[in-house]
Amino acid sequence: MSGPSLGPKQPYGAMAPDVATFAFTAENLEEAKRILARYPAGRQASAVLPLLHLAQAQHGGWLPKAALDYVADFLGMARIRVYEVATFYDMFNIEPVGRVQVRVCTTTPCWLCGSDAVLRAAREVLGCEPGQSSPDGRFFLREFECLGACANAPVLWIDDHFYEDLTYETARAVLEAVVRGERPKPGPQSGRKGSMPAGGKTTLFEVGE
Amino acid sequence: MLHDRDRIFTNLYGERPWNLEAARRRGDWDGTKDIILKGRDWLVNEMKVSGLRGRGGAGFPTGLKWSFMPKQADGPVYLVVNADESEPGTCKDREIIRNEPHKLIEGCLLAGAAMGCTAGYIYIRGEFVQEAKILQAAIDEAYAAGLLGKNACGSGYDFELYLHRGAGAYICGEETGLLESLEGKKGQPRLKPPFPAAVGLYGRPTTVNNVETIAVAPTIFRRGAAWFAGLGRPNNTGTKIFCISGHVNRPCTVEEEMGIPLKTLLEKHAGGVRGGWDNLLAVIPGGSSVPLIPKEICDTVRMDFDSLREVQSGLGTAGVIVMDRSTDIVKAIARLSRFYMHESCGQCTPCREGTGWLWRMMERMAEGEAELAEIDQLLDVTKEIEGHTICALGDAAAWPVQGLIRHFRGELERRIRDRKLLARQAA
Repeated sequence: MSGPSLGPKQPYGAMAPDVATFAFTAENLEEAKRILARYPAGRQASAVLPLLHLAQAQHGGWLPKAALDYVADFLGMARIRVYEVATFYDMFNIEPVGRVQVRVCTTTPCWLCGSDAVLRAAREVLGCEPGQSSPDGRFFLREFECLGACANAPVLWIDDHFYEDLTYETARAVLEAVVRGERPKPGPQSGRKGSMPAGGKTTLFEVGE
Repeated sequence: MLHDRDRIFTNLYGERPWNLEAARRRGDWDGTKDIILKGRDWLVNEMKVSGLRGRGGAGFPTGLKWSFMPKQADGPVYLVVNADESEPGTCKDREIIRNEPHKLIEGCLLAGAAMGCTAGYIYIRGEFVQEAKILQAAIDEAYAAGLLGKNACGSGYDFELYLHRGAGAYICGEETGLLESLEGKKGQPRLKPPFPAAVGLYGRPTTVNNVETIAVAPTIFRRGAAWFAGLGRPNNTGTKIFCISGHVNRPCTVEEEMGIPLKTLLEKHAGGVRGGWDNLLAVIPGGSSVPLIPKEICDTVRMDFDSLREVQSGLGTAGVIVMDRSTDIVKAIARLSRFYMHESCGQCTPCREGTGWLWRMMERMAEGEAELAEIDQLLDVTKEIEGHTICALGDAAAWPVQGLIRHFRGELERRIRDRKLLARQAA
């Protein structure tokens, strides 16, 4: 058993180009085999989502057709079935996009807490609109549906990490640091611990160790 | 009010490590073998007696659901845990997964033993990347310690547990959509019957349970069904994690007793409504799919399945979205309509087309750019969707709009009249 592979972390460079052929790296091939072992014999199609995640991470954030075909052949699936899956799920990009995915949650709980300001900060710092990549091709900005961290709204999802409890100012600070190539500390930017009430907890005083 | 000694999730805020050693100090994995050896009938019955109702939103009695699994099955039988937490307003499973993963893993083993499962899959939403890393590491720890796999905990019972990552689709939180997705397809829900207990994952008997449902199971077995049933209210027993978001002074997640008054919940744990209780406009009490309730209902309503049903809403996932009087309530609900339009899987015409209609009409309602008669037309569209689809997403899209019309029809009318008045003045 091993952790879900997130693929190699590439330096933040320009957009990955389209390619005519695709194959897993040796390391990802091993990971793909480990993933396949989780499903019963003959049910290898179950691995399609994890393998597409793996392929997308390897190719810098998007899935060229060659990668979809490779995964289909790898799993013995009809290619059309993999295209269906790749277009059904929101996390897969089938067109070239910036390597660093920036997602602003704008569903009602985040909207109530100021996601408009977070989105404005993202537009300003990245210099692009939602659904577009930044002019330098490094970032891909999206409005996203509920990310599931509502008690820490509003939230921003950057490259697999949640940034929470944002204001216009803290969202800008986080994004500017990412643009500089830094990895700011994820989690609540208000300084509180997880989803504990700000200013101190109201429960769990008598739980010992 | 719940005492700390009756709280199940003692590491809800991640104040201590999530790992096996720390989890054992909190009481996890204590006497698991003995619990398994009590046998299937005891486990299912104990769950029935506890009164636990599923924590994923529908509130179906867990023990009863477990009892639907075939007593004898040749071949694989599956437990599938729904960790595809995506219901707007809901952020409880994330806390369990990242801070109390061993409660979930031990719960999987015990639920598996109760239903004679050969393996379990935990389907976690794709966006929870860090949470998935922690959960996988916790599963690895459990395997290394002999708690999972062949002869799990030395009990003689074999149970494999796997983690599976989704890829961003709300509909995969619907149990049969989740099974389709787990089989490597688009997450389009299946017609029922057959129900998963008969024909589930790979056509085999399967039970799908929510993360919180499974994670409370070990504590129920250890402390006894009577303890759990003694908390909360009749038919609404036990404790519940509430997620409080929106216009409160201190948003948070907190474990409380079922049936706690909404006002107490908000004032005791979330620092109260921004600007004071009288500044409250409305609350969506159970995640985006349940109808909102206005302040006068919030004044007295209790947070449990039956109490909220009596006021034509629901406990759902207990994602409590608070809106104060500064809220543009029509826009807030219109945004939810956009959510359901985006998340409709496209399989059933009433939902695929209807959710788009709802969103477009709601956007116009927000601006008052409509005729008064269109309010009833909007209501009619919700009724055309509700109950006419394979899964509950259609209902979930209809209910927030119905709740808005039920309680804020005057506000919708006011916007339409104001806009007409402005147009006349301009002309």
